[in-house]
Amino acid sequence: MATAAPALVLTGTKSTVAKLDPPLVRWGLTLLALLSLGLFIVLPLVAVFVQAFEKGWRAYLAAVQDPNTLSAMKLSLLTVGIAVPLNVVFGVAAAWTITKFNFTGKNVLVTLIDIPFGVSPVISGMIFVLMFGAQGWFGSWLADHDIRIVFAVPGIILATTFVTFPFVARELIPLMESQGTEEEKAALVLGASGWQMFFRITLPNIKWGLLYGVVLCTARALGEFGAVSVVSGHIRGETNTLPLHVEILYNEYNYSGAFAVASLLSVIAVITLALKKFLEWKTAQEDK
Amino acid sequence: MQLSFKRPSILPGFWPAFSYSVLYLSLIVLVPLSAVFLKAASSSWAHLWKTITSPNVVASYRLSFGASLVAGLISVAFGFLVAWVLVRYQFPGRTAVDALVDLPFALPTAVAGIALTSLYTENGWLGHYLTPLGIKVAFTPLGVVVALTFIGLPFVVRSVQPVLADADQELEEAAVSLGANRWQVFSRVIFPLVRPALLTGFALAFARALGEYGSVIFIAGNMPMRTEIAPLLIVTKLEQYDYAGATAIAAVMLITSFLLLLGINALQRRTRSFMDVS
Repeated sequence: MATAAPALVLTGTKSTVAKLDPPLVRWGLTLLALLSLGLFIVLPLVAVFVQAFEKGWRAYLAAVQDPNTLSAMKLSLLTVGIAVPLNVVFGVAAAWTITKFNFTGKNVLVTLIDIPFGVSPVISGMIFVLMFGAQGWFGSWLADHDIRIVFAVPGIILATTFVTFPFVARELIPLMESQGTEEEKAALVLGASGWQMFFRITLPNIKWGLLYGVVLCTARALGEFGAVSVVSGHIRGETNTLPLHVEILYNEYNYSGAFAVASLLSVIAVITLALKKFLEWKTAQEDK
Repeated sequence: MQLSFKRPSILPGFWPAFSYSVLYLSLIVLVPLSAVFLKAASSSWAHLWKTITSPNVVASYRLSFGASLVAGLISVAFGFLVAWVLVRYQFPGRTAVDALVDLPFALPTAVAGIALTSLYTENGWLGHYLTPLGIKVAFTPLGVVVALTFIGLPFVVRSVQPVLADADQELEEAAVSLGANRWQVFSRVIFPLVRPALLTGFALAFARALGEYGSVIFIAGNMPMRTEIAPLLIVTKLEQYDYAGATAIAAVMLITSFLLLLGINALQRRTRSFMDVS
């Protein structure tokens, strides 16, 4: 898997090894690492919040409660509400097939699932324009039947589904691989039906990993910009998601508005990180 | 045929789950993606070639590859440092710092883009100090590098961290007891162990940086020939309804990413076998 060991939890420091480094080196390196993280990663986050409140609470609330912001929020939630469940069902089905059975071409399937991670967001959006745009494969047929897919809501949902496609499957495959098939087989031998086995054995075993995948998938679906930008018609109040709304406000030089909406997305990002840490800890606990 | 394809098992649900997975994979990923190559193949080669060799496209490739390379190298340096400190040293707030490393994964790219831009413009918090020194970051290629480093850093940290944590401390102790000094232990024992992971982290960061859009377009300023990245040109061509042109640029990028992805997979296999041995 490309991102190494998702469930890595900080173990106790190898104190004997650490003590081999002189204190000056230890503290110097720690300081340097914290400084670079602070500069590269924490400062941008702080900048978002400071600039969101630059014009005070009232301006902030006005920007957040603006009808265009609210409709962007609604579209973002609708997109997440469709894309995430679709990818959860796929993720569970794919992981079940891949980890519990042996069949020819398994590795090919695993590789194919990773594809969307290797594709530029812009290209992820473009492929749907090529299929459903005016000059696309189904373009004239769709026009005849007055169905709009790209530059409309269905295109946004499709592009988001594509971009977040691997997340759940990717979290489940290593987890279910390590759990093996013993417990499921035992359940069957004891007379459980297929669904009973799934809901009483498999699902409880994978619940934290599944939740972890859902969290990552949701965060990405809410924040996706490049792919959605290509397939959205940028129609305010209709085809704008939250990140696209941030761009529009920013390009209109409404900086405090842009950062106010951006701060909502940043809060979600921070919650995601906290949940991620919690779920990593939870999975590590279950393993013990 | 069924037997030779799948090994028999008493577990139920293979066929429904397998068929559903393959169908969904095809509908969402494979068929749409094949549109790029079919579109490219159905366009005239002369037009494709003209597009990918036109001066502004070549300039954008140069910027995208160059900036991704530089950002990848910076990410390797700082990522290694961060991973080292997180794995080996104990300090207050270590868990929180470890969680923060993933912020670039979780923060929407557009948010990162406007935040970085605001920091580095002439009167931004950092730009304010850099401008008098003659260093301009926002709206220059350097700005592109900064945004791509932000995106790339976690890839390196997360690739190196597990390898560093698993590195056998007995090896280090043995080296010390045989009379090696700290620097020798680092350069001859630890560094060779983490080298494949560093390379994987670099490749992941580089591949992501090549296609990155949201965090870059705000800070780049998008001046033709100077700060236009390749993904931006795809968007521009699509907006002009030049689908063939957009496809040509995209095909070059897709082929590059797939080659990179193959390389990464090979590297990871090597890393794993390396870890098994050690």
